[in-house]
Amino acid sequence: MSISPNILADLQQIWRYTFMQNAIEAGTLTAIVAGVTGYFVVLRRSAFTAHAFSEIGFAGAAWAVLTGIPPLAGLLLGSNLGGLGIALLGRRATNRDTQIGIVLAFSLGLGLLFISLYSGYATQTYSILFGEILGVSNGQVLETLAASVAILVGIGAIYRPLLFSSLDEDVAEAKGMPMLSLGIVFMVIVAVAVSFAVQVTGVLLIFSLMVTPAATAQYIASKPSRAIAASVIIALLATWIGLFFSFYTPYPVSFFITGEVFALYLLVRFLYARFRWERMSQGSLLRDPADRSG
Amino acid sequence: MASAITAPVTAQPTTSLVTADNLSAGYEGRTIWSGASFTLGKGEFVAILGPNGAGKTTLFRVLLGLQRPMGGTVRLFGAPPRRGNPHIGYIPQRHTIDTETNVECLELVRLGISGTRWGFNPFSHPDRDAALSALEAAGAADLAHRRLGALSGGELQRVFLAEALVSDPEVLLLDEPLSNLDIKRETELLHLVNNVVRSRGVTALLIAHNINPLLPHMNKVMYIANGRMATGTPQQVLKSESLTRLYGVQVEVLKDPYGNVAIIGVEEHHGDIP
Repeated sequence: MSISPNILADLQQIWRYTFMQNAIEAGTLTAIVAGVTGYFVVLRRSAFTAHAFSEIGFAGAAWAVLTGIPPLAGLLLGSNLGGLGIALLGRRATNRDTQIGIVLAFSLGLGLLFISLYSGYATQTYSILFGEILGVSNGQVLETLAASVAILVGIGAIYRPLLFSSLDEDVAEAKGMPMLSLGIVFMVIVAVAVSFAVQVTGVLLIFSLMVTPAATAQYIASKPSRAIAASVIIALLATWIGLFFSFYTPYPVSFFITGEVFALYLLVRFLYARFRWERMSQGSLLRDPADRSG
Repeated sequence: MASAITAPVTAQPTTSLVTADNLSAGYEGRTIWSGASFTLGKGEFVAILGPNGAGKTTLFRVLLGLQRPMGGTVRLFGAPPRRGNPHIGYIPQRHTIDTETNVECLELVRLGISGTRWGFNPFSHPDRDAALSALEAAGAADLAHRRLGALSGGELQRVFLAEALVSDPEVLLLDEPLSNLDIKRETELLHLVNNVVRSRGVTALLIAHNINPLLPHMNKVMYIANGRMATGTPQQVLKSESLTRLYGVQVEVLKDPYGNVAIIGVEEHHGDIP
């Protein structure tokens, strides 16, 4: 198979394969969730925390492989335990680089131990580390759908207080917001989102969906609702285009996704944003340019 | 309009919003200050002074309900302080905001009212209008669509003021809003706060290090030092006798011909009480 100039025909060809259908469905759901969740992860400067979740999840998944339960269950268990632990440490715990790094290293070591104890063929481990979206089953798509709906409903329910506490923690606390509970709920949401995103990108490449699209979106829009929309669109396009190219080439989906979001980030960060803010600082993008003349 | 009222207003307030009787506060069983009794009325502009670590922010935390008093009583609007009181606007002490925060100012100000409500509603027009008029009141209407991370210190303080004003509070607690501002911005911000106090009848408590820029606007001074608190008009508190009594060591208050004061003899106390 090779790419033809007729993209519609290409897409029809891709859609004929069940594994590609599943990959597109799971990838779409994951991209939406990662795009939304990632915005708050970036706003709260919790990128490193999110990464730590995925590595703690890796230890859980490796343990699951060893004991014969589904790797996703182990991932969810590991990342949620990590999330609860960090949330219970209290506010500003997400910024404790050193402690998180220490737990992260230990988790990877633990995962390695479980892998070496496992006598079988370790492809599952490889797919946890680097993603295996082309191996997603019908059942996994349904699981992803259920988790995605739960996450989006959860974020919708706490949207404004979460935004408030992310931007202005001290005032939100003085205004009576339950900071600890908000932190716990958010960390659990991130942990679940990370666990499902791992299916697409793998533990090691989780940033490409959870962080880079949202970080790029922040340079495009300064209104949170619009930045979230931009983040979702970037994650979606990266996933779809990645799946498309990986279908026709021998290269892995994760590579395409990481490459695409990185290239777009560089483009936006250094070209678009500079251009836009220069214009803004001259006042030409303000709502009424007429009264800013001179 | 408020520029007409630049001299200290010493008229008796009609209603007392905040009353404290023999109040004491501290952390982990250690008292920071005690024996504080005061009454603050509607529309008063109060300066809170004292060395670093004297417990100025602690007073705010008690009033906000973030910290229980260790003794005595305190009442706001006739009730004990409680966290999340919508009648209080608060600007915490902040030195910087992350320059990577690419969120527009209007959004932060709007969260000052909508941030305490659950659910998802980013397009509420009443909230947006309230936020815009709060920005206007804080002299920051032109900052509405600027990014928080790109603002200067003075601009940021005006946005924080708008965020505090948006819920239409009766009491404003401002924790060192003047730090990191040059003299021009300091004067501008003080005029803004003074306008708000006079035009809305808001009671404002402002923590500061330097009393002189505040003197034209203040009704009251609360001076916290040496574990105690002296409250009164600037003329009553900023005197050699009252500060000597407060510190327990000889303190001189000098005045220049323009009314500026200098407090001599207390430098060694700075940072004494963490």
